[in-house]
Amino acid sequence: MTIDLTETTTGAIHDALTQARHSMGGPALGMVLTLIIVTDESAQYDAIRAASQASREHPCRVLGVIMRNPSGRSRLDAEIRLGETGPGETVLLRMHGPLGEHADSVIVPLILPDTPVVTWWPGPAPEIPSADPLGALAQRRVTDAAASGKPRQMLTALASGYRPGDTDLSWTRATPWRSLLAATLDQPYATLQRGVVSAEQHNPSADLITTWLSGRLGIPVLREVSGGPGITEVRFVTADGDITLSRPDGRTATMARPGQGERRVSLLRRDTAELLTEELRRLDPDDVYAEALGRFAKNPVNEEAAV
Amino acid sequence: MSTPDSAGQHPGHVVAESAVPDGVIPETTLLGAATNPLRDPRDRRIPRVASPCVLVMFGVTGDLARKKLLPAIYDLANRGLLPPGFSLVGFARRDWEHEDFAQVTYQAVKQHARTPFRDTVWQQVSEGIRFVSGEFGDDEAFDRLAACVNQVNAERGAGGNYAFYLSIPPKSFPDVVRQLKRSGLSDPPGTGTSRPWRRVVIEKPFGHDLASAQELNSILDAVFPAHSVFRIDHYLGKETVQNILALRFANTLFEPIWNRSYVDHVQITMTEDIGIGGRAGYYDGIGAARDVIQNHLLQLLALTAMEEPLSFSADSLRAEKEKVLAAVRLPDDLATGTARGQYTAGWQGGIEVPGFLEEDGIAPDSRTETYAAIRLGVDSRRWAGVPFFLRTGKRLPRRMTEIALIFQRAPHLPFTTTDTEELGQNALVIRVQPDEGVTVRFGSKVPGSAMEVRDVNMDFAYGESFTESSPEAYERLLLDVLIGDPPLFPRQEEVELSWRILDPIEEFWAAHTKPEPYVAGTSGPPSADAMMAGRAWRRL
Repeated sequence: MTIDLTETTTGAIHDALTQARHSMGGPALGMVLTLIIVTDESAQYDAIRAASQASREHPCRVLGVIMRNPSGRSRLDAEIRLGETGPGETVLLRMHGPLGEHADSVIVPLILPDTPVVTWWPGPAPEIPSADPLGALAQRRVTDAAASGKPRQMLTALASGYRPGDTDLSWTRATPWRSLLAATLDQPYATLQRGVVSAEQHNPSADLITTWLSGRLGIPVLREVSGGPGITEVRFVTADGDITLSRPDGRTATMARPGQGERRVSLLRRDTAELLTEELRRLDPDDVYAEALGRFAKNPVNEEAAV
Repeated sequence: MSTPDSAGQHPGHVVAESAVPDGVIPETTLLGAATNPLRDPRDRRIPRVASPCVLVMFGVTGDLARKKLLPAIYDLANRGLLPPGFSLVGFARRDWEHEDFAQVTYQAVKQHARTPFRDTVWQQVSEGIRFVSGEFGDDEAFDRLAACVNQVNAERGAGGNYAFYLSIPPKSFPDVVRQLKRSGLSDPPGTGTSRPWRRVVIEKPFGHDLASAQELNSILDAVFPAHSVFRIDHYLGKETVQNILALRFANTLFEPIWNRSYVDHVQITMTEDIGIGGRAGYYDGIGAARDVIQNHLLQLLALTAMEEPLSFSADSLRAEKEKVLAAVRLPDDLATGTARGQYTAGWQGGIEVPGFLEEDGIAPDSRTETYAAIRLGVDSRRWAGVPFFLRTGKRLPRRMTEIALIFQRAPHLPFTTTDTEELGQNALVIRVQPDEGVTVRFGSKVPGSAMEVRDVNMDFAYGESFTESSPEAYERLLLDVLIGDPPLFPRQEEVELSWRILDPIEEFWAAHTKPEPYVAGTSGPPSADAMMAGRAWRRL
């Protein structure tokens, strides 16, 4: 069911939610978390859809915050969606006028008690997420440098404003690669001399993998530009030959190492819902991300240059 | 390996090795995981991935392999938990080629996998699938198996690590184990810590009494060291069972009342709505107690009643479980402290079903029980005088497994008796399956002008509380075998202690009683209710 409330207040939204729940025969219990999505009109559809997919099995309250024309009169419009995409509930909040500056005053009363709060900016995000009023409410703040237009500048800004609890989807995208790379070093290997990460030009995930590898391994790691899609290859140069993990097609990777046959392994690019699911899995600070990000800010990755 | 700046940021977590305190990693853990600079205990996004290995599976044509094991392998691969070099070698009597086995696996995955089917994942799994055809008694077949395993290991870089999954009847164990020894598969090359590992996985039944369990163990023991034998009790792979430990030892709320001062009694139940199905050959002569109580229910009892382990290492956990199992006391009078039954024809869930004695393959005069209940005590300061009631049965109203702690009534109720007429005993119920979760039952005022107290429930459900669905028990356990993480696998000592508890009961039953009939679809024989002596079983 969809309930539209125009020129409304938080109290009225709250009452409408309770009443709708009641008429559907269940109280608003058993929700895992509150997810605040800060977005604009053009991106809200995809973001809300990804969120409802990520929370299909496990209900959460999604609060979509959409800023409208900042000049003019303050006004709050709400669109409540219940029982459409699963057991969770979604409230789209359109804030007009100066109210946009005080979005937290609308959000705070709608946050579920006793459960975690996550704020996600699917598009442009504040450079210091924890300083943003909606970021300050959350224990987990999810940005996406790849969606910011200037990924490297964004990473640098995020690094200087980093607070525990910050995380970025470009780091989430790197997980399957990092996992396989870690697996390659579970086997005995000759001394690593240097590494090379190849990816398309604007790929913050590749940049973070580069600094993560150089930090963990203590070897120079180059960042090369390739035609994509996404990350296409990571190569370790060792005394015995190269250990490579390459994925030219964005689907299946091939792993090769000295003296062994090639092995193929599934390495699909994941959609936003899957990324969000990974983000929501653990809500504790990600220290390893902080390290990779900090290293990036100190030594910005340049193509063809050693880090 | 590390750099000055990361060292400065995180003293104590400078490199992967130093981040792991000494002794935390059990000796069987893959060496690489401890020294791999890309692995960091703080990096929780990178999952625990099995070490490269070859899994050799015996009994691939069985039901368990088709419905659970093969799908679990795919699900693990789909979750990115299998290493690229992972290979699966099947061995069975069928006259199959590699492709035929791959096709059988494909069907099993399509039908029974938990996670969505993806071509790229299937391709990854299927590239490592091999099959060897032969009999367990055939030396030449095992030589071919050894050649095949060694070859796939070399081709795919499995690191020389082999796991053997014996999904076969125990009577075939001696042959297979001897053949593994003879063909050299069970002996890893090399010496010291760089030696590849060998692990053997077996399923219940772990014998049918103490003597046979010891005999079975001696067969395995002759070839595989104790720490490389993994006994699968799939109940221990369930999230809810592992949650018993979290519930008890991570909270302050429950431990103070987890003892004889507050607990009146404990009920551990595992019921099934189905009959024996096609398992007549195995079930007749074994019965419910050996099939379920000896392993699942006594393990649940151990986890419920044990003291806090020093750590969650396999050794500490098993030590505590063994202490509890050794402290278990049988009822003085086995006639009134136990009950056994056999289902007769009736209606179960709207379907007319035959009685046990009319099932195919069951002797008409069989004295095998399909329902068993026993009362046990635990001789410890914590539990003295608290009865533990264990029950299991087939053709009962529904399928359910739970552990219920029933608390004593409040010593004094400042209400009139009519006010509290509907107030039962407080209870804490760990629901193992279905609807995994925890229920707390307590009294609450009924809305209205009168003071009336009635039982209400407070509920925690797994499905509602985590953004992650629980993996199948076999996924978790297979992964633990391949990683070499032993806490969830019972050790031979536990198996023997369990038989020491059950053997006297089985002997008494064999000598003195005949199973009491109960109608299919009802909740068990009358003697089971009689043995509660003033207490009552929870409703099924």
